[in-house]
Amino acid sequence: MRRFALLFVVGIVLWIAGCSSSTTPSTVTGVTVTCLPSPIQSGQQNQCNAVVTGTGTFITTVTWMANAGSIASNGVFTAPVVLSPTIVTITGTSTQNTSQSGTTTVTINPVNATPITVDAGPQPQSFTAVNEAFTSVTVCVPNTNTCQTIDHVLVDTGTSGLRLLSSVLTVPLPQQNDSSGNPLDECMLFLDGYGWGPVALADISIAGEKASSAPVQVMIPNSSSPPVPPTCSNRSMGANEGNSVSTLGANGILGVGLFQQDCGTKCTPANGTIPPVYYDCSASPCNPTYVTLAQQVPNPVILFSFDNNGVMIFLPSVPAGGVPTETGSLIFGVGTQTNNALPQSATVYTVPDTGTNAGELTTTFNGVSYPSTIESGASGIFFLDSATTGIASCAVKGFMWYCPTPSPDNLSAINQGANGNKGVVNFSIEDASTLLYSVNTAFSTLGAPAPVPGSFDWGLSFFFGKTVFTAIDTKNTPAGPGPYIAY
Amino acid sequence: MKWLCNASKRWPLLLFCVLAVMSFPARAVLGDGAASVLNDQARMKGSLRSVDAKAYVMHEITADTGTLVREYVSPGGVVFAVAWEGQFPPDFQQLLGPYYQQARRATAQQERHGRAPIFVDTPSLVVQQSGHPRSFHGQAYIPQLIPQGVKASDIR
Repeated sequence: MRRFALLFVVGIVLWIAGCSSSTTPSTVTGVTVTCLPSPIQSGQQNQCNAVVTGTGTFITTVTWMANAGSIASNGVFTAPVVLSPTIVTITGTSTQNTSQSGTTTVTINPVNATPITVDAGPQPQSFTAVNEAFTSVTVCVPNTNTCQTIDHVLVDTGTSGLRLLSSVLTVPLPQQNDSSGNPLDECMLFLDGYGWGPVALADISIAGEKASSAPVQVMIPNSSSPPVPPTCSNRSMGANEGNSVSTLGANGILGVGLFQQDCGTKCTPANGTIPPVYYDCSASPCNPTYVTLAQQVPNPVILFSFDNNGVMIFLPSVPAGGVPTETGSLIFGVGTQTNNALPQSATVYTVPDTGTNAGELTTTFNGVSYPSTIESGASGIFFLDSATTGIASCAVKGFMWYCPTPSPDNLSAINQGANGNKGVVNFSIEDASTLLYSVNTAFSTLGAPAPVPGSFDWGLSFFFGKTVFTAIDTKNTPAGPGPYIAY
Repeated sequence: MKWLCNASKRWPLLLFCVLAVMSFPARAVLGDGAASVLNDQARMKGSLRSVDAKAYVMHEITADTGTLVREYVSPGGVVFAVAWEGQFPPDFQQLLGPYYQQARRATAQQERHGRAPIFVDTPSLVVQQSGHPRSFHGQAYIPQLIPQGVKASDIR
């Protein structure tokens, strides 16, 4: 009986032991990692998740690691700051079995968007800016941390190159020299004035983009040296815009237009004649000189590591009568990131890159075609004349504007590119004598006559309520090479 | 100046060569006599093409910078209008003479809200410039000097 009892106990023990030995061992067999969304931009975050597979009662947690940027224990990844697309590898390693891990990659793009503001301009000044879109630009002495951020720089898709007033510049940007090693100055002619002054070198930072050692123009007043050569000032009907913030209406101009340089091949030795644009200022007076393309003041966008084929400008629509201020976005690149893709609805209008109609579209109004431009740097819509449009014009503080009665006057025109693409533009013109005496600074309905012998200049009024792309000459985009305008 | 005269066989040029050797003032231009066209051509190191439109003669100078300058001469022999187009605007001091300062004074008096094309419209002078820095288009004329039957829109 005792022997039977012993066998029973042993049996129970073996049975219990047998039970425990039949439990599956805890093992981790794999780790799969995903991080969404991708791509993201410098400094942005995304969420990484790990799916751990295994057998038994295994532990599902992982230890995170990223080869750039940082990742928290909860899988939230923070992107590093990059100037060009960078692939970061994210690894999740099983905490139970460190020989098991999974990896994925996240593409990091530079931050390519910066706000633009339409407001009364840099204050206090003797003027109120109207329909000027401003942004901030940081310039540094190349390869140093000696930097200055300048606000109220006009965003201008009608010109190329960064130009800053010497009166607002506080950092000592080094002088750019010509091929003879002499100081290089520039005469930049705008429609209504000119800028004169030295070409300097700066590291330009806007949004998360950087143009290193970029030539920029420092616009100096008449009172500064070197003096404005008559061959410069005599080619302009307007003032030296470098004289003051009031004269320019801004602290500088950010030219992000259709062309890579402000002058191009016409200023290089490849051209037969030296045009009065770049000047050798080794002696007084300064003398026109050739420059290479690299010595010229470039559209800074072409010097970015990425997003360097053009810009996109978005401005919300504004109601009749205008608004006191408006905010939109300047986004670098055309079709380079998810935020600057050309929408299906956009039409591409190519423009000639040389000749007397360089950079111009054709606009047809009442059956007649005229050369036209689309540029954020002009304020209103400057088109034709009262005799052609039938819209009354009136002088407001000495300048002629359209002042229709009744107001608004609803109009329609057809834009056409050199590629034959066409699109109807419906626009309205309101009485400028009412608009310009209001407290508002952003108007989609501001218009003025601008004959010669008939032309359209679609300024900032045109941009409200639109996303407008400006693609730079010879740069590739998903819609083919620039120069073109798309909206 | 003589090489210029041999450069073309067009008859209007012959006339201007004759006029040019008669010591006209070496100043150019809007409001001046037709001989000033040749002065401009010489200054711009340009080639000249002339078109007789009956009510006026248009002389087109292609400057060495590639800029086109068109000067419109009335039957009375006066330059009543000029027009230009190209990447580099012409020297207005030369092209418009005394009217250049008049245009500058007029634009200086305009309170410019934002950036805009040039538009001076006075009874004695009209000046307009549009386009952009790769492609300027402009014209200037003296309304009183426009010959009968010529429209301002003919100037381009």
